[in-house]
Amino acid sequence: MNEFLDFDWIRRNTGVIADLTVQHLLWSLIAVAVGLALALPIGYLVHRTGRAAGFLLAVAGLLYAIPSIALFVAMPLVLGSKILDPINVIGALTVYTFALLVRSVSDGFADVDPQVRQSAVAVGYGPIRRVLGVEFPLALPVIFSGLRVATVSTISLVAVGAVIGNGALGQLFDRGFQSGFATPIIVGIVVILVMALLADGLILLIQGIMLPWFGLGPRSGGRGRLRRLVGAPR
Amino acid sequence: MNLFEHLLDPANWSGAEGIPARIGEHLTYSVAAMALAMVIALPLGILIGHTRRGNLLVAGLANATRALPTLGLLVLVVLLLGTGMLPVVLALAVLAIPPILNSTVVGFRTADPDAVLAAAAMGMTGGQQIRQVELPLASPLIMSGLRSATLQVIATATVAAMAASGGLGRYVLDGQKRADGYPEMVTGALLVMVWALVADLLLGALTRVAQRRSSGRRRVRTDLFDTDEAEPGPDTRNKGASA
Repeated sequence: MNEFLDFDWIRRNTGVIADLTVQHLLWSLIAVAVGLALALPIGYLVHRTGRAAGFLLAVAGLLYAIPSIALFVAMPLVLGSKILDPINVIGALTVYTFALLVRSVSDGFADVDPQVRQSAVAVGYGPIRRVLGVEFPLALPVIFSGLRVATVSTISLVAVGAVIGNGALGQLFDRGFQSGFATPIIVGIVVILVMALLADGLILLIQGIMLPWFGLGPRSGGRGRLRRLVGAPR
Repeated sequence: MNLFEHLLDPANWSGAEGIPARIGEHLTYSVAAMALAMVIALPLGILIGHTRRGNLLVAGLANATRALPTLGLLVLVVLLLGTGMLPVVLALAVLAIPPILNSTVVGFRTADPDAVLAAAAMGMTGGQQIRQVELPLASPLIMSGLRSATLQVIATATVAAMAASGGLGRYVLDGQKRADGYPEMVTGALLVMVWALVADLLLGALTRVAQRRSSGRRRVRTDLFDTDEAEPGPDTRNKGASA
């Protein structure tokens, strides 16, 4: 049995594929959600700390340079979990999303025009209302572009967990390779690709609804534009 | 259980499956893949960047490959082409091409159009414009593209162990199959982490050199002609998944 794409195999295994897809989606969602929840307040604080910010962001950058496999293996030491526990993959990917988003959040706040901030103070906004009502919405475009990168790469990285024994849809890669059978591998790649692109589209849609003044096109001028042209908000 | 017993055991430091051999394999995969990717992506990027055609294609390619599961691609390529060095290097090069291509094109696109126009007005040929104006101005971004591609390749070369190849990922995979294999996994994880951080710091330093050189040239130019052109030094690394 060595056909390139065996539809009969797909039909017989729809249940398994669906289960793994749900698992994959759930793990990615947890990692991105927790990473974002931590990055929002801490990213704002990093932006506010001034000189220390450069150092903190360099540390976040180094975290991001660590290959995911190394991070997966290190997680049991940090979390006290078993090596086959899915929490290792979820925890390591949370670290990645956090490292990436802390940068986006602090860059986003740094992008806010100081005159706008001063205007908010001048019309009598207190600190909390100023940050949440004025600065945060203006920082959102940069945060959203970071969120898109984090989500897409998290979804594709979950599969790497298969190397340490637990990778949701990555299991299909292992299975296909062990039995010399391409179909599960192709199914895994396609499902992960489609999931990542759908998630990216969904975030774009949410961005369009939340930031109607921003539109869906690229912003003109400024550092934000350059960053968007290159891709990630680094 | 001592976490470092595998790493510190002298018996593991020699032979065909020893640590130096595994490090050598990992380095060979990474360097060969980067060389192949650069030979393809740099000329293509320069062509697209100089002629300003096909920008959309490059951006789309960069986005799509971030979503591509590296492990799946690698396993599929090895399954179809057979185990060995060449399929692994091919798959790794495929992953490195989009970031290099993208950063080269963006580097050319963000090079000051006035400078390029001035070069053309002075009678520079296309090749001279590329070599003397566009490439120096684009070099910081090109460097940062090479940096993220290198990280991606080092990380994915670890994953190659699952596709029946060598490299440092071997320790992670072999250790995972044994009940008492955690120290062996730690060896692989630790060494690949060190490699990645060393490569990142090294290429980061090179990026800063390129940045200083390109902005230094620009400073001379602004002094002479008194324009207020001042680009922010872009630390725009095309970061995606580092499998």
